[in-house]
Amino acid sequence: MKELQDKYPQEIEDILAKYPPDQKRSAVMPLLFLAQREDGYIRDEALTEIGRILNIERTEVATLVGFYTLYYSEKEGKYRIQVCTDVCCALRGAEEFLEQLCQALGIRPGETTADGLVTVEEVKCLGACDKAPMFQVQTGEGFAYHEEQTLESALELIDSWRTEENDEEGS
Amino acid sequence: MSKQVTLTIDDQEVTVEEGTVIVDAAKSIGINIPVFCYHPKMEPVGMCRMCLVEVGRPVRDRETGEFMRDDEGNIKVEFGKNLETACTVPICEGMVVRGMTEKVKRGREAILEFFLTSHPLDCPICDKGGECSLQELSLHHGLGVSRFPYTKKMHLEKHVPLGDLITLDQERCIQCGRCIRFQKNIVDDPVLEFYHRSRHTEIVSCSNPKFDSYWSGNTTDICPVGALTTNDFRFEARIWEMDQSPSICSHCPVGCNLTIDHRREPKSGRREIQRVMPRQNEWVNEIWICDKGRFAHHFTVDENRLTHPLVRSGDGSLRPATWEKALDRAVEGLRAADGELLTLVGGRLANEDLFHLRYLNDGLGGQVALYSTMAGGDLVAQVGLGKGSNLGDLGEGDAILIAASDLEEEAPLWWLRVKAASERGAALIVANPRKTKTDRYANHQIRYAYGEESETVMDLLGGEGEAARAFAEADNAIVFFGSEGLDYARSRVLAQACANLLIKTGHVGRANNGLVGVWPRANTQGAWDMGFRPHQSLPEVLDGKKALYIAAADPVGDGLVEDISDLFVVVQELFLTETAQQADVVFPAKAVTEKAGTFTSGERRVQRFEPVVPARGDVLEDFAIASKVGELLGLEMPNGSAAAVMEQIAKQNPDYADVTLSGLREVKEQWPIIVPKDYAYIGTAYKNTSGLGMQLSPFSERAKVNPGEASLGRQMPEADLVAVPVTRLYDQGSMIRDLDVLQPRLLDPQVFLSPQDAERKGVQEGEMVDFDLGGRTYRLKLSLQDDIPAGTALVPRSLGVPLEGPAGVDISPAGEDR
Amino acid sequence: MTDYILLRHRDIPDIGQLDVYREHGGFNSFKKAVTSMDRTEVTEIVKASGLRGRGGAGFPTGLKWSFMDDNNWPHYVVANADESEPGTFKDREIMEGNPLQFLEGVMIAAYAVDAHTAYIYLRGEYWHIGDLLDEKLAELRKAGLLGEGLFGTDYALDLHTHLGAGAYICGEETALLESLEGKRGFPRLRPPFPPSYGLYGKPTVVNNVETLANVPLILKNGAQWYQDLGTEDTAGVKVFSLSGRVKKPGNYEMRFGSTLRELIYERGGGILDDAEIKAIMPAGASSSVLKATDDVLDTPVDHASMRALGSDLGSGSIIVLDETVSMDWVIKKTINFFNHESCGKCTPCREGNHWMKYLTESIHAGALDDGKVNLLYEVASNMQGKCLCALGEFSTMAVKTSIDRFPDDFKVEE
Ligand SMILES: Cc1cc2nc3c(=O)[nH]c(=O)nc-3n(C[C@H](O)[C@H](O)[C@H](O)COP(=O)(O)O)c2cc1C
Ligand code: SF4
Ligand code: FES
Repeated sequence: MKELQDKYPQEIEDILAKYPPDQKRSAVMPLLFLAQREDGYIRDEALTEIGRILNIERTEVATLVGFYTLYYSEKEGKYRIQVCTDVCCALRGAEEFLEQLCQALGIRPGETTADGLVTVEEVKCLGACDKAPMFQVQTGEGFAYHEEQTLESALELIDSWRTEENDEEGS
Repeated sequence: MSKQVTLTIDDQEVTVEEGTVIVDAAKSIGINIPVFCYHPKMEPVGMCRMCLVEVGRPVRDRETGEFMRDDEGNIKVEFGKNLETACTVPICEGMVVRGMTEKVKRGREAILEFFLTSHPLDCPICDKGGECSLQELSLHHGLGVSRFPYTKKMHLEKHVPLGDLITLDQERCIQCGRCIRFQKNIVDDPVLEFYHRSRHTEIVSCSNPKFDSYWSGNTTDICPVGALTTNDFRFEARIWEMDQSPSICSHCPVGCNLTIDHRREPKSGRREIQRVMPRQNEWVNEIWICDKGRFAHHFTVDENRLTHPLVRSGDGSLRPATWEKALDRAVEGLRAADGELLTLVGGRLANEDLFHLRYLNDGLGGQVALYSTMAGGDLVAQVGLGKGSNLGDLGEGDAILIAASDLEEEAPLWWLRVKAASERGAALIVANPRKTKTDRYANHQIRYAYGEESETVMDLLGGEGEAARAFAEADNAIVFFGSEGLDYARSRVLAQACANLLIKTGHVGRANNGLVGVWPRANTQGAWDMGFRPHQSLPEVLDGKKALYIAAADPVGDGLVEDISDLFVVVQELFLTETAQQADVVFPAKAVTEKAGTFTSGERRVQRFEPVVPARGDVLEDFAIASKVGELLGLEMPNGSAAAVMEQIAKQNPDYADVTLSGLREVKEQWPIIVPKDYAYIGTAYKNTSGLGMQLSPFSERAKVNPGEASLGRQMPEADLVAVPVTRLYDQGSMIRDLDVLQPRLLDPQVFLSPQDAERKGVQEGEMVDFDLGGRTYRLKLSLQDDIPAGTALVPRSLGVPLEGPAGVDISPAGEDR
Repeated sequence: MTDYILLRHRDIPDIGQLDVYREHGGFNSFKKAVTSMDRTEVTEIVKASGLRGRGGAGFPTGLKWSFMDDNNWPHYVVANADESEPGTFKDREIMEGNPLQFLEGVMIAAYAVDAHTAYIYLRGEYWHIGDLLDEKLAELRKAGLLGEGLFGTDYALDLHTHLGAGAYICGEETALLESLEGKRGFPRLRPPFPPSYGLYGKPTVVNNVETLANVPLILKNGAQWYQDLGTEDTAGVKVFSLSGRVKKPGNYEMRFGSTLRELIYERGGGILDDAEIKAIMPAGASSSVLKATDDVLDTPVDHASMRALGSDLGSGSIIVLDETVSMDWVIKKTINFFNHESCGKCTPCREGNHWMKYLTESIHAGALDDGKVNLLYEVASNMQGKCLCALGEFSTMAVKTSIDRFPDDFKVEE
């Protein structure tokens, strides 16, 4: 299994170059993000491969997937809408926003839409307390903030993803 | 010696070494500060917060640096606002520790109450019940009531197979991290970790196979609660129902000290072994044992054990017989051989057994042989470890050479202790043809080609190169030599080369210096000491013999001899081996747990084991069998108990002259201190009350020993693929191959190749291959390993392939079924 | 306003671009330090400026730098850009708007402690800032501001970004270092502190983004200049993150010694719907809650004054609560946060937060009558002073002060 190494040789090299050669283990978190890029979650084989690249036990890689909330071990929605409902955002309507959004999508927080496109999650403070309601969208590629949201703007965004999906399928 | 510091704990003064943490200082004067995460063998982490105490430090004058004093001249002491963790705070001069104040008491109650918010309180069915830290500490320091609603407890999985041998109860886990830290820091198999976080934190193993470690059982000892249990002891017995007997592990030359727990089974009325636990011996195994030692005892109750004598009958089959009849047959056959006898013994026998067998053989004028392909026991007797050696003493300024040994596979505890010595600063030189786990700590790695082992060791003598210098200049130096890739002839030369290196660099004749043989069996060294030697070739010595007397060896099963039907064969055994199947008389022998005796470890420590449980069936000790045969033959045999026999050994063998029963039973104070109820402090390990054993004095302590000739004059076989024998812990040896518990961990008959050679031979990882050796074909599983030298195939010993030493072989994809 | 010190992009929108930043004197301080100053001199100036850490603890920055163990090498500098305290979003704006000033601060710190490598540990959610900084770092390397032989001296320096992956605890400096080493973000025991045992066991300075962003201008304008900007207790300026029930939430850069009234009513436009202000959490979710009395509103803000009022300044994240908010709801929210973020390493924090979560939820749901409030108070008290790091302590702050200072919010309505 050399899937990551075959797919992202340059990225891996760049990541490893950041850390002292005898401290390769530091690269484990960026490598986990890399492993998550394609499918939005980390496959079992990737744990093995990362362990081998860094010369650490597989268990030592896996533990991080459990500890850090932005890594996933299972496939869920392609887009993860992570609504901040922490205290500051909640003081400015975030909880109501989440409720409306979920209602509109017909799911509960933590669930994924039937088409597998969107997972809605409740998360802690994202450092955008002055722009509530807000959420970030996590995909394998990374994160994007969407601030000062309304139900309409959020649904519009989701619609644009749907269109994109359909276009891709169509072509 | 480092600086001593005096402090006061609960009004008692105590003086301890600088750097000691408060918990240990308290412990040394009998004060048990409650702990969970702290373990005296591991670096403190201060996680569980159980050990809270009030700490006062003397106030010093900023200018003068002198202690400030009050009006009465007492040193002023300032206490911090918060309680501190006694397991992490190093003591200092004049410190005042209070562990019994109201504040401390309330702090402990608070922490215990926190623990119990999540704990399932299923003590009545918990294996740890009766030796559980949480139970014990709750009793002494707890609040007595829980204000957390029982119905709101978090429920987690209760039967998680953490690996093949260990089961985890997640609800009981208190997240102390001892198991994780043991695996990471003590044995360097970091295959356990926490998963998730906050209250969801749990223990996982994600290695492949899971919990892939030879040490897993130890985590169940140090787990302060019943979260980790061994699969074979789980739900088997309550702690207080069991009795304890001391024993010695019989699976490798380390000789780990054991305490075996047993009880009378309510159903059968028989006394049965429940579990095997480490018994503290800081000179040998500290408080650890490997999984083979912990789990392999089940062979003693294997249903295939021989339970009565067998005699070959007229129709050629082996039939049960009375002892009387069997003994008569043996006597008759042996008499008829008229001295044309070979006595072949295995290294699992006790010294007392071997001594008797020697008597019997000598009385009959026979020849003796040790069933082994490893040489050098005579050299170890000359230049072995000096009396008073302890691997735990080695560190900065010392050196250790590991030659031709995959130490963790061959003698796990030595590996652990060598690793620790290297971490304390000892220079570790690892000379082996391929990488082993020991290489991780090596200061000097020497990679030689198979066959060049003795030259490699002799090169270290030149003084050239860093490894040579490190060894020569070391204050103390020890050499471990193993049998990786060696046959008897090569082993002899390697042993001599190692001895020469030690002699010439002056590392003999004193404590913490000398030669250690990494023997294949627990008492191989004892067998050498009792006068047994291996032979280059078994068929050769058998030539012209009329009778063969075998104890604890299976040359037919191992493929070393094929047909012994024209000899009169007597076998003393535990099982009906292939050799026994060809015997004329088979005597059933007692297992180590059923008798008393001594083993001599590779460090030449003589250690005594006691009977633990009564034997099943009509079996006798190996020495008793030999004795009976001898007496019937009219020979003068040593007699009496095992202890009495040891007296006779001591009389006849100068090396053993000082060995006495009381000496073997002597105990000394050890650190960490283990007294009953210390499971609250250290986990479950047994205090050693039955003896630490006695280390023998090597000849070099009494007289000068000269180096000997160490040249081989023999080439490696010329072949495009050379197979070499290696040793693996979980082989298919007769004492473990039928064990249910260890089954998933045992090695299949297999051969290891480098990926390059596999490609060359057109074979693939995991598939069955045909392995041609000396005109015979064996079907083996193929495993690939990166660090095997090109042109070499590794074949683990005791997997059914009779490879005694390097040999030209061929490997091909498995053909039609034979 | 034209005298921003940290949020300079509000005056000079393109200051994030290298040429613009340099036009405005950017990297002169770094160059001056490397080419003409002894490294201890730099530390001395920072010491004299009175700059204190903006990450929460307010530790004197120059003093921290001077603790670096010179018998153990190499040295590292780590910028703490984990910013995860609820109510805190100041580092984000500094890095988005004025990234080069922050980077220059890191570089000067590195020079001051003779580090050749520095890391910027960003919370994973600041992915876009990671990209932005990586871009800037590439430009700096190209411009010869990072790399070997800087300005013709033999000083070499490189900076790297490192993304976290969702763990508030990784803002705690030792947990951050563990995380940067590729492990679980478990805080270490202290002592030893990072300047003697830090990244990879080597001496390390960990500083907050905002702290470091101050440094270039301190070097440019001198220690006295900076001292004069603040109060006797706390020098300089602070970016306050204002959030909650105010009309204009956002970041506001103000001198220490300004009042909360100024921040909330003048800058922040007052309370939403012109409701009555009720309480202030000056240090985010970790705050001891203050009753918004006139006294409190008119106190000149610095570390000492906030402490004197019975709270803390922390990282200056001012959460404003008005009369529509009940404190039992507030602590339910904060405990939910802390319980989620407790790393699980030490018992009181792991178990205590779990317990407090259950209690705050049932209290909020109306279970006020069976001693739960008292029990909650006791659980919080039992945690205090016993946890391995400050997170556990933080979690108890709002709980105890809410019950103490707003008892009516925990009484059964008659
Ligand atoms: C639970 C916890 C979270 C913290 N989070 C942050 C943070 O997000 N950013 C930060 O700069 N400091 C944070 N700190 C403070 C750091 O431990 C450390 O004191 C700080 O980074 C030092 O930098 P300074 O001296 O420049 O403030 C946190 C501390 C604790 C205990
Ligand atoms: S399983 Fe046992 S040893 Fe491991 S963390 Fe849990 S309580 Fe501690
Ligand atoms: S914190 Fe001291 S024993 Fe756990």
